[in-house]
Amino acid sequence: MEALYAIAVGVLTACGIYLVLRGRTFPVIMGLTLLSHGVNLFLFASGRLALAAPAVIGESADPTDPLPQALVLTAIVISFAMTAFVVVLALRAAVELRNDHVDGVDPEEDWRP
Amino acid sequence: MMLLSIVTLPLVGALLTPLVSRRSTAILPALIAGTIGITVVSMLLSQAMGVLGGSILIEHYPWLPGIGLSPAFRLDALGLFFALIIAGMGLLITLYAHFYFAGKHGAVRFHSLMLAFMGAMLGIVTSENLLFMLVFWEMTSLVSFVLIGFHQDERPARRGARMTLVITGGGGLALLAGVLLIGNSAGSFRLSDILAPEAALTSDPLYPWMLGLVLIGAMTKSAQFPFHLWLPNAMTAPTPVSAYLHSATMVKAGIFLLARLNPALGDTEAWLYSISTAGMATLLTGAFIAMFKHDTKELLAYSTVSHLGLITLLVGLSTRMAMVAALFHLLNHALFKAPLFMMAGAVQKATGTRDMRRINGLWRTLPALTVISAVAAASMAGLPLLAGYLSKKMFFIESMNASVMPPLQWLTPALAAIAGLFSAAYSFRIFHNVFFNGQPQDLPVWPPKNPGVGIQVPAAVLALAVVLVSWHAESVVHGLIGPVASAAAGSALPDYDMHQLHHIGTAFFMSLAAMLGGLLLYMAREPLFRLYDQLPPADAREIFEWLMTRAGGNAERLVHALENGSVQRYIALIILSTIALAGPVLLSGIQWHGGEALTPVDPLTGMGLVLLMATAVGVVLGHHQRLFALLLLGSAGLFVTLTFARFSAPDLALTQLSVEVMAVIIMMLALSFLPQATPRESSGFRKGRDLGIAALGGLGVGLVSFAIMTRPHSTIADFFLSQSKPGGGGSNVVNVILVDFRGFDTLGEITVLGIAAVAVFALTRNLQLKDRIPQERDQYWASNPHPLILRTMARPILPIALMVSAYIFLRGHNMPGGGFIAGLITAVALSLQYMAGSLAWAHERMLTPFRPLIGLGLLLACGTGLGSLVFGEAFLSSWFGHYKLPLLGHLELATALLFDLGVFTTVVGATLLILANLGKLMTVHGPGKEIG
Repeated sequence: MEALYAIAVGVLTACGIYLVLRGRTFPVIMGLTLLSHGVNLFLFASGRLALAAPAVIGESADPTDPLPQALVLTAIVISFAMTAFVVVLALRAAVELRNDHVDGVDPEEDWRP
Repeated sequence: MMLLSIVTLPLVGALLTPLVSRRSTAILPALIAGTIGITVVSMLLSQAMGVLGGSILIEHYPWLPGIGLSPAFRLDALGLFFALIIAGMGLLITLYAHFYFAGKHGAVRFHSLMLAFMGAMLGIVTSENLLFMLVFWEMTSLVSFVLIGFHQDERPARRGARMTLVITGGGGLALLAGVLLIGNSAGSFRLSDILAPEAALTSDPLYPWMLGLVLIGAMTKSAQFPFHLWLPNAMTAPTPVSAYLHSATMVKAGIFLLARLNPALGDTEAWLYSISTAGMATLLTGAFIAMFKHDTKELLAYSTVSHLGLITLLVGLSTRMAMVAALFHLLNHALFKAPLFMMAGAVQKATGTRDMRRINGLWRTLPALTVISAVAAASMAGLPLLAGYLSKKMFFIESMNASVMPPLQWLTPALAAIAGLFSAAYSFRIFHNVFFNGQPQDLPVWPPKNPGVGIQVPAAVLALAVVLVSWHAESVVHGLIGPVASAAAGSALPDYDMHQLHHIGTAFFMSLAAMLGGLLLYMAREPLFRLYDQLPPADAREIFEWLMTRAGGNAERLVHALENGSVQRYIALIILSTIALAGPVLLSGIQWHGGEALTPVDPLTGMGLVLLMATAVGVVLGHHQRLFALLLLGSAGLFVTLTFARFSAPDLALTQLSVEVMAVIIMMLALSFLPQATPRESSGFRKGRDLGIAALGGLGVGLVSFAIMTRPHSTIADFFLSQSKPGGGGSNVVNVILVDFRGFDTLGEITVLGIAAVAVFALTRNLQLKDRIPQERDQYWASNPHPLILRTMARPILPIALMVSAYIFLRGHNMPGGGFIAGLITAVALSLQYMAGSLAWAHERMLTPFRPLIGLGLLLACGTGLGSLVFGEAFLSSWFGHYKLPLLGHLELATALLFDLGVFTTVVGATLLILANLGKLMTVHGPGKEIG
């Protein structure tokens, strides 16, 4: 299981990185989301993978590590805030600069809002 | 408290002076500076008896003890000696500056900066913690930069200031590195530990580095060859600055540092040869050049360079009594050099120039100053009966005692005598040229006017001090210099044998030769000047400026090479450097498999993970069709949710689920304004490069993750698991961590969320989108914005969703749930109303705007935290109790619930603010009306 999970984390990260390196804002935002998923799963796994052992007192005999979960919960909310902000930033940039390239300069000048 | 106030009083005064006195002509700034100077001097004197008797005062204020960073002060004989020079000289300079600036612009600024400088210098000499000493060290560099560039409108002043900052600031960086090495090796940054014999720094393999780096710091500050350049160029400063910084204080800081660290780093061959060579080179260079300078202040600057070299050489010689000679000469130098600088300033005021070829014969105009300067210059020249003679003779004696290699035994005394000869010559010159040597020649101010008595008083006091020290040399050496040298040497030294100074031996003849030779040299000056003028001009300042320009140009080229405006490239570089940093560690032969047995893959979970990967790859493959990719991205989020749920993290699953819904909605809203397709513009090479980077990054993260998961699990979780119920009053440990154990993190997090929402509000405020929506969007998006079924279903769903939300919120402390999740569910339910109805329709029905909601939530969370302070508990500690209420039965109430309510409110407010403002852009009414 650990190997498969690690591969999944790696694939999410790789996909995220590839998209973050694209030239248009929207794929970059999608890449950031994938990267956040990868990072969250990575952090989460530092508490090890446990089946049916939630960190609720009385629910299971050997509860899993609650600390990474609390950290990841914070990370999820923060990355949501970041996504919302970046989305609006991209929108504003697209309107003001009349293109959606990350550098603010459209290499082809093919889209005018 | 006393040592702390000695350092802080001047610093406070520096801030106070410009506040209370706006007019430069007023006496107030000088009065403040003077009062502070007197206070500091008397505080120091009150401790003098005990400290000179060998006791060490230490004050310690714990601040960040974990990293060894605590302000600590130390007053021993060495520190006291320097502190007295700094404060006493500061007092006299204040008086001098009052008359120097009389009625002129800049007095307030000067006194304020002067106090700041004094505080920083006092900080250097009384610091017990080396890190704090460094802070004060850098502070002197910065303040001296401003002081040297005091006349900002003059180009030479700016250049001189910049040169000083580059050289002394660079030296400060080297010193920082050296201090870090020392602290690392000694295990502490406190001088008490570092100076202790147990520290054994000299046997550390890194000792040469420590010595070299500290030496660079000391040599730059004390203007040692080849770093001496800044001192002559700093003469563009107003004369009070030169008299204070460049004769008595800043330039002595490097020597103080060497004396201070002598017990820890000294007594090795490396110490002996490096420091004495540097000192000797400086001594000779300074003495030689000084003779040929026609500007009074420049001559004094080079003479200072040479005397600093002499003192450094003595510190380096490491003979038994060299430290006594060094410190005695340091005192004498401060006493005779400052009045000479003051004289140069007064003469400039009287004649309007500093050029000694024009200033001559001033003894008629300035008789008092003539006498004062005669004493000071005679001490500098080393004429008999004066203190300068004694310390110079000590130097000659020590130069013969130095334990250098046999064939070179004669070299040190010989060079010392030559330097003494030049030093006598330029001393004769500055005195004779200014006050005698015929008549003045075309002075800018004619006839020379007397600059007044006041400006001559401080110089007179110092000249008197020279005479007193000369008369009572024996008691000064035994009573003051002896204990100070013992403190610097780290062990008690026997009394200096003063009788050898009165012997007519080799040293006597060396002195005599230097004096007579100097006189001859001075008399032969005219042909020598002509000879010197024919030497090839080697203007170090030009070389320095050229180097600076080159460095600036190279930096600019490097910046342009790295920063070409392509964000893609920056990101690629950032990721690549991360890989470059982490990669070697992974490849260094560590075990990827940590040894723990792998758990078996069950088909369901395995399928989920495979689908997660498939959706992620799908997003990449389909990212040119944005809507399709976004839907796949949503599914990826769902599979992440399922993963959390599968691996025992119900709270995470609930949060991820609701966040995913909101995030996809927001991205979809944005997408409706953006192009629907991404152009295929990346070249094959670019794609390949990015794929490579992505593959490396993914591989690395995957490997690290695998390595972590297969290692034995050691965790601090047991504390949280065992304390959750008794300490936090809840059985859902994740929630208890969020609202109680690590409540501060959560507070920060909702603050970030609130800020992001307000930023979205601000960014969408004046966004004019309506006319710019591309026409093609119609083919992708539904034509009916508010379908009937959705509208009908949305209304009954709202109360149900709110009830679920309330349930999730209330049970959060004990079961999966809590403020975050409840807030997100409420936000989802409310945004459904926006989508089903319309923005206007839903907004009319909202009872409250959203921004106050964010503030209210934050206030509630902070208030709960502060509430615990009222009960004498730490910020954000929670309190809980169990109650039996009629009808409801057993109930547990915790203040954490209030905190969670704050979280809930902020999340609802922030999420809806973001969503409504994005949605607003789509409305027909446009962005005219503000929402939220």
